Amino acid sequence: MNAYLQLFDEIAPQLPGSHRPLMQFARGAALARFSAEGFPSPREEEWRYTNISPIEKKLFKPAPAVAAATELNGAVDELLERFGLADTDRVVLVNGHFSAALSRLDAIPEPLFVESVGHLLHSDPERVESLINHNLDRNAHGLIGYNGAFFNDGVLIDVPAGYRAERPLQILHIATRPDTALVSRNLIQLGENSHLQMIECYLGPEGVGYLTAAVTEAAVGEQARLDYYRLQQESDKAYHFNGLYVRQDAGARFTHHNVDFGGLLARAEIHTELGEGAECQLTGLFLGRGRQHVDNHTLIQHRAPHGTSSENYRGVLADRARGVFQGRIVVHPKAQKTQADMSNRNLLLSDDAEVDTKPQLEILADDVKCSHGVTVGQLDAESVFYLQSRGVDEESARNMLTFAFANEMVEKIELPALKDLVQAQLLDRFPQSGIRRDWL
Amino acid sequence: MLKIENLHVSVEDKPILKGISLTVKPGEVHAIMGPNGSGKSTLSHILAGRDGYRVTSGSVSYHGQDLLAMAPEQRAREGVFLAFQYPVEIPGVSNIYLLKAALNAIRKHRGLNELDAMDFLTMIKSKVKLVEMDEQFLYRAVNEGFSGGEKKRNEILQMAVLEPHLCILDETDSGLDIDALKIVSDGVNSLRAPDRFFILVTHYQRLLDHIKPDFVHVLAHGRIVKSGGPELALDLESRGYGWIDQASLEARP
Ligand SMILES: Nc1ncnc2c1ncn2[C@@H]1O[C@H](COP(=O)(O)OP(=O)(O)O)[C@@H](O)[C@H]1O
Ligand SMILES: [Mg+2]
Repeated sequence: MNAYLQLFDEIAPQLPGSHRPLMQFARGAALARFSAEGFPSPREEEWRYTNISPIEKKLFKPAPAVAAATELNGAVDELLERFGLADTDRVVLVNGHFSAALSRLDAIPEPLFVESVGHLLHSDPERVESLINHNLDRNAHGLIGYNGAFFNDGVLIDVPAGYRAERPLQILHIATRPDTALVSRNLIQLGENSHLQMIECYLGPEGVGYLTAAVTEAAVGEQARLDYYRLQQESDKAYHFNGLYVRQDAGARFTHHNVDFGGLLARAEIHTELGEGAECQLTGLFLGRGRQHVDNHTLIQHRAPHGTSSENYRGVLADRARGVFQGRIVVHPKAQKTQADMSNRNLLLSDDAEVDTKPQLEILADDVKCSHGVTVGQLDAESVFYLQSRGVDEESARNMLTFAFANEMVEKIELPALKDLVQAQLLDRFPQSGIRRDWL
Repeated sequence: MLKIENLHVSVEDKPILKGISLTVKPGEVHAIMGPNGSGKSTLSHILAGRDGYRVTSGSVSYHGQDLLAMAPEQRAREGVFLAFQYPVEIPGVSNIYLLKAALNAIRKHRGLNELDAMDFLTMIKSKVKLVEMDEQFLYRAVNEGFSGGEKKRNEILQMAVLEPHLCILDETDSGLDIDALKIVSDGVNSLRAPDRFFILVTHYQRLLDHIKPDFVHVLAHGRIVKSGGPELALDLESRGYGWIDQASLEARP
């Protein structure tokens, strides 16, 4: 811990907003939390199945901003080529820093406001200060503290009331440097009755080890709608933490699709609080292989009446991979007439693969409809035989069934280009002879 | 040609088939009848290559090859097809997806090119008509939520598309109403060909009103206790299986 505190003292003056008393205070408070609690450990109930002590030992240092595009290696181009979607507005962060050269801010239509948090802390700090730390859980853990102290950039998105974005906004977080930390704080605000579709990708070149510790706060105004797609495809050596903390005002709708494929150790938190009549849908697909550890932690808090939530996660774990699903739903006393359902189904492809699934329903109101179900299973031998008896070889049969299991989640993606991208990866991962991508 | 010789099969050390011998030649239709639990499905599964069974003695040769040594997909590619008594539901895999994967695997094995999308669709649609299915079924997950009759018709559709040599139908008639039975039978009859041969496993004679067999065999307690022509099926219909049980008990060494 001392090493981290020392590091903070060294770099604090260069962190954006250091001239602002409010930001100094916010960073100080975050650092205090981080130093008091340290990195979360499996002793904490919410981290029971995930041990991130390797992160602490490595002392990843926040990456410096890349001065010029020439400093970038070809990996960025390659990743942009692969994951950049056509017909979207685009923001690119390299090593946690906003890249003006790679982003396409000029093309963003007028009333929609998208800007670097780092830049804003110089040019218009109040805009950041009015949003930051407003939506974090009251009991934010040490990693959120770490982010709050060390973040050096991020994106701020402000959708004015009544505005419906025509095109999806894609945010690409790209890592290039080994042994560094990408620490961004992202802030999203949707005014009343507005609509935004966004796609956030976390990417890095295979073989490169780094830490992503990104936090996003989102406030979805009354009757507004936020459709959020998250694609986590970090490098095979990466440590990844990404927390998304959402507040939904009355009647707000929040849909989240979590495609969690990458990283060596990955933890996603998707937490939301629902106001009256608000609706949320959380969909997730996590795949693990090799020695990957993939943890999804969701928390849905119904704070007011007539809210609806539905959550549907699937995991596929191969080799020695380990998956975690912790899904918690809290229905507060005032939240009568809440409807909530949660499902988590997992497929284990090897005897050494493992999944820990823990649904938690805390229902403090009496007039509610809640349900949950979890399963952990293997491929059905009868189904494998059925396919083989039709001429499909055993490996393709297994892959076909696995693909089908995962693809039911992918089918829920409503953006065709993103769906194609994810489906193509799924098919690469579970190839079936005789099946080609073009006629899926 | 299929030649089963003195086949003994056990499940978990319990003998189920106790010395089956049967020869089926191209162009022929053989019906295998028998009471529940007599081993009809076990025989069908053994021919299709399902695991969980142990062959304790005997052999099966198919077109001169050792069928029992082949993987299930290998058998399918060589032209063996089993219409399941209980077709499996496969969520997330559409009928057309499976048909395409299966057909491509079999065509590849036969040294043929993949069909292009247009030819495939034209061919599939003609087969769908054969079993009087709605085209929409092609895009639904395999057997998921299908009625009993729809599942059986779907098996016949797959058979029609894959054009096997040896067709084994395991109680494809059970649970079908008269109309569905007619559709399934017409489908099967349209597939009859000089180089194709059928094993119809059935509990009831009524299927044989629609598909005329060349031979009828009665299976009881894991043995073929009687073989004959189509008249044997009628005999069974009028006399029930009781006398067969008696005959097989007496035949037991
Ligand atoms: N997997 C199995 N485990 C144990 N017994 C089995 C298994 N499969 C079949 N049997 C037994 O073998 C016998 C024959 O079954 P089956 O071949 O399904 O008969 P049929 O199709 O003629 O009704 C029955 O007594 C059945 O209980
Ligand atoms: Mg049977």
